[in-house]
Amino acid sequence: MSVFGMSRTIMRNLFSGPATRLYPTREKEPHRAARSRGRIEIDIEACIFCSACAKRCPTDAIIVSKTDKEWNIDRLRCCTCNACVEVCPKKCLAMGNRYTPPTVTKDKDIFRQPPRPPKEPETIPGA
Amino acid sequence: MGTRTVIPFGPQHPVLPEPIHLDLVLEDEKVVEAIPKIGYVHRGFEKLVEKMDFNELVYVADRICGICAFIHSMAYCQGVEAVMSVEVPPRAEFLRTIWSELARLSSHLLWLGLMADAFGFESLFMQSFRIREKIVDMLEEMTGGRIILGVCRVGGVRRDVPNDALADIVRRVKDLGVEMHRLADVFLQDDSVKHRLVGVGVLIRDQAAELGCVGPMLRASGVSRDTRTLGYAAYGSVDFAPIVEKDGDSYARCAVRIRELFQSVDLVAQAASKIPGGEVGVKVSGYPEGEYHSRCEQPRGEVIHYVKGDGTRYLQRYRVRTPTFANIPALLRMLQGCELADVPVLVLTIDPCISCTER
Ligand code: SF4
Ligand code: SF4
Repeated sequence: MSVFGMSRTIMRNLFSGPATRLYPTREKEPHRAARSRGRIEIDIEACIFCSACAKRCPTDAIIVSKTDKEWNIDRLRCCTCNACVEVCPKKCLAMGNRYTPPTVTKDKDIFRQPPRPPKEPETIPGA
Repeated sequence: MGTRTVIPFGPQHPVLPEPIHLDLVLEDEKVVEAIPKIGYVHRGFEKLVEKMDFNELVYVADRICGICAFIHSMAYCQGVEAVMSVEVPPRAEFLRTIWSELARLSSHLLWLGLMADAFGFESLFMQSFRIREKIVDMLEEMTGGRIILGVCRVGGVRRDVPNDALADIVRRVKDLGVEMHRLADVFLQDDSVKHRLVGVGVLIRDQAAELGCVGPMLRASGVSRDTRTLGYAAYGSVDFAPIVEKDGDSYARCAVRIRELFQSVDLVAQAASKIPGGEVGVKVSGYPEGEYHSRCEQPRGEVIHYVKGDGTRYLQRYRVRTPTFANIPALLRMLQGCELADVPVLVLTIDPCISCTER
């Protein structure tokens, strides 16, 4: 009797097609709720290099250099906790819902702010 | 008496998801003794506590284990909240309950799959994982993480879920309940499955209690003990009774976990229907001073987080007693006298999670 318990499920599967995707040919769509914590994206133009994100990061994945106007992230260290996004005063960080693609090297992602054309020479208010 | 042979089992073994080593002393095909060795994935977690801010430690607590991740972080947060006398908003308590139960569903389905794999029923393994995938997807939708949710924090939770999204989740979980019934029928009624489970590794009630078993192991031997009855988080406001089986064999342990699947579906629905509105977190200021034993029911059993703070940013002491650690003595007792071929099944029936045992 009960040896056939599985056959109904198997028959159903036979007609409903595979439950898996043929990765990497077909990638998974990001969730409709768009909440997935995939990877950190930065709008480098808006960053003021205050280092708040680097200080809050529990894994020390972010290194900010004010002098070089450089923001870099070690994606393999990042645990996508979202803490940096919450703390950024300029809201220039965002949690993208795509994962970082697999990698074979431990490189950092470096973002540099392009030098701006000088608007008012010398006096920068509040600096 | 035949000659005795010692054969090593693990730390790498096809059925073992995680490294535990057993020296099996055999007499012909019968195991007469099993000597365990753990320590392959020790990560020095208790030392890390001394130099990590207590708020940031939540992320580490989340990563103690790859399956009961959420419940670990919740137990840790509860401990710190109790030390600091933080009142968590009720909505956060309910969300924690819902996520705990979904985590339990995902863990039990994973276990069922691995179990099916251990007794050689490959397609049943795939079916369990197919259902589990949908649960994990729901968790991703609500929290952003699939396994390591990263949503708990001291003082509440970090993300709210709108009520209509919760209603949608409840509907989908209930739909999955139907598929789980089909799966459960195979596990509980199929002759070939029964043949591998019934009467294997019997642990009678007194032994289970004496050896300090926790969770489904204990309940399968007829002891009605479930930490959720303490009413932490929102468990005090939902209606449930611990699931108990009498026989104490592998089949009973399987049955307890299967019945807990349906219980979890019910608890998710109950919690979602009673969830109050309001905030999901309060701001926490100051540093923890004092100590607390926080207890939670994980899919594998009771976990104890001991938290001690001395009024600085860093905790003075933090220790985790995981359910697998409590169940290993019982495993050794069960292995005595079993057949060699049953060893993988028996090791799996305690639902071992070695990396959280060793931290
Ligand atoms: S916190 Fe925001 S503004 Fe500050 S350095 Fe980081 S990314 Fe830039
Ligand atoms: S998401 Fe967390 S771990 Fe990753 S860079 Fe931001 S703060 Fe650091």
